[in-house]
Amino acid sequence: MTDTVSQSQRVEKRKLLDTLEVDTRLLGMIGAFIVVCIVFNVLTDGRFLTARNIFNLTIQTVSVAIMATGMVFVIVTRHIDLSVGSLLATCSAMMAMTQTWFTPDILGLGLNHPLTAPIAILVGIATGVAIGAFHGWLVGYLGIPAFIVTLGGLLVWRNVAWYLTNGQTIGPLDANFRLWGGINGTLGAQWSWIVAIAAVAFALYTLWQSRRSKISHDFPVKPMWAEVLLGAIVAIAILGFVWILNSYQIPGPRLERMFEARGEVMPEGFTAGYGLPLSVLLLILIAIVMTLVARRTRLGRYIFATGGNPDAAELSGINTRLLTVKVFAIMGALCAISAVVASARLTNHSNDIGTLDELRVIAAAVIGGTALAGGIGTIYGAILGALIMQSLQSGMAMVGVDAPLQNIVVGSVLVIAVLVDIIYRKRTGAK
Amino acid sequence: MPLDTSSRGTPLVELRDISIAFGGIKAVDHVSVNLYPGEVVGLLGHNGAGKSTLIKCLSGAYQKDAGEILVNGDKATINNPRDARTYHIETIYQTLALADNLDAASNLFLGRELTTPVGFVDDAAMEAETRKIMGRLNPNFRKFADPVSALSGGQRQSVAIARAVYFNAKILIMDEPTAALGPQETQMVAELIDELKRQGLGIFLIDHDVHQVKALCDRASVMKNGQLVGTVRVDDVSEDDILAMIILGKTPEELGVASAAAG
Ligand SMILES: Nc1ncnc2c1ncn2[C@@H]1O[C@H](COP(=O)(O)OP(=O)(O)OP(=O)(O)O)[C@@H](O)[C@H]1O
Ligand SMILES: [Mg+2]
Repeated sequence: MTDTVSQSQRVEKRKLLDTLEVDTRLLGMIGAFIVVCIVFNVLTDGRFLTARNIFNLTIQTVSVAIMATGMVFVIVTRHIDLSVGSLLATCSAMMAMTQTWFTPDILGLGLNHPLTAPIAILVGIATGVAIGAFHGWLVGYLGIPAFIVTLGGLLVWRNVAWYLTNGQTIGPLDANFRLWGGINGTLGAQWSWIVAIAAVAFALYTLWQSRRSKISHDFPVKPMWAEVLLGAIVAIAILGFVWILNSYQIPGPRLERMFEARGEVMPEGFTAGYGLPLSVLLLILIAIVMTLVARRTRLGRYIFATGGNPDAAELSGINTRLLTVKVFAIMGALCAISAVVASARLTNHSNDIGTLDELRVIAAAVIGGTALAGGIGTIYGAILGALIMQSLQSGMAMVGVDAPLQNIVVGSVLVIAVLVDIIYRKRTGAK
Repeated sequence: MPLDTSSRGTPLVELRDISIAFGGIKAVDHVSVNLYPGEVVGLLGHNGAGKSTLIKCLSGAYQKDAGEILVNGDKATINNPRDARTYHIETIYQTLALADNLDAASNLFLGRELTTPVGFVDDAAMEAETRKIMGRLNPNFRKFADPVSALSGGQRQSVAIARAVYFNAKILIMDEPTAALGPQETQMVAELIDELKRQGLGIFLIDHDVHQVKALCDRASVMKNGQLVGTVRVDDVSEDDILAMIILGKTPEELGVASAAAG
């Protein structure tokens, strides 16, 4: 009796999910993330889910998450990149040299010139793209396995970075450059709301646009209520996130210093929220661009086709060698962008920047559902994977778990996550 | 050879003296075949005779070691599948060559996606086109949203056929196109071949079914151990003659001479 009831309830639930056309895998990951958050919140007596900690969590996730989006493409095409942490270090070293030596001394721009940060970032991205493309050429055209090329790269680029800087820490970095690091560059409450509202409008427009396109081709569409419900969930999620970031207040002494720097006096009782960090905004933009590339461009289509069946892709006229170069070049560019965020957050370039990031990035992509066999993976999954990893790590640190035990847990979670994914795919018959 | 092809002008495709070896194995050994507009040429032979390898030299999947390819009488350079497509050569591979993780429409348009004015891939338009062509080839086909890994062998084959005929091919290569198809679908492919032939396409058809070859083809070329046994007009020979060519590696004349000498 009870059995049939739960059976029919399960069927109902399935129907609801089908109607909403949401990815059940995504729901599972969000569910896992929520469980992690709640458990740590209980263990830390409510310190985990404070605005302050959520703010910190997001800015700590950005660097790995940015690289994880690129790692999705690499793994989807059946390759791997073990060199991302070292590549990040080389890009960071190049950018640090540019802004502390090249632009102030050689170009004579002095310190904190407005052109310094853009020049440094361009140099960093050019470095990342060049090295990434070189890796891709070795893999695609010379046929050396990516595992070997990037394992070599892991050693080479870490130590090229060392030679570039003579092993020294370089800092402090340019003031405008540091804005990309997180807490030093936030939009403030008002602009954060504006961005949030724009994002909601964009999301709703996308939903509406896709419905209209389906109708124009006589394809089946979701019922209107499902569409509205989905739109409402998205809007609430965006606005809620920004509300949390806005409610993390800038400490009084820090505000006073900011007013002093502008030669003003802080009014009595003045408060301000941090709002959306620029680095998080950057991650969101990268996520949107990478998702568009994956789903809406030929490049993305070829990346997935090649991962699904490299021979078929080649026979369909896709230049899979050049594609490999492009995929690794994108990975290199994203390592450079991550290097901007990581070194700006530390306010200097240090030798060990990005150490072990390759493992975090690969783990994030894999926890996010990217299949090492190739052909399958999503950008949002990888970002969520990075967020889950970072939450585990920070949560355990807050609870006071020993560092060795933290690593044991993270490692185990990676393996269990993949196991759960395998079971899920078998059950649902998805590949 | 009692084949009077000289009076028909330039062939659509001519493969001259093609050779290709893998390691020490001569997979194709000095083979010449040709194809005229509106003609279906069957390629027959035992397993491993070199049929697929020969047509892969034409489709750009392999690079021949020696020999030349002429399209409309002009020497053609075909180094990769992209080159073959520029000569309007379309191929249905024996292995089908589908990306299992993509849906039917993405596979059909792979490498030639329809795009929106902004340059994004236009999935809706491609699905609509796929629905149209599948309606002609395999009206029972419904699985447009699933990745092709979720399709049956025959459904997958339908997708591969649709891809080859959608893009206005002039030369069509079909490597065992009906191997996985049911009787009704096989019949539809036979009708399709007849229709394409009437439109003036040239078709290379690789098939193990001698009966089907006799029904669909104008000429048949038989290969054995990488070499060409001979090319015959199917109306001039019996099914047994063709079988003898495949199994014994001898043309009807050679057999006739041999039996005359013996008798
Ligand atoms: N890529 C390759 N590498 C090495 N040997 C190959 C390769 N492709 C084909 N061969 C060899 O070439 C010969 C001809 O193979 P091919 O696939 O052309 O045969 P086929 O006539 O199409 O046979 P079937 O009827 O079984 O499809 C075989 O001996 C095969 O083993
Ligand atoms: Mg074959």
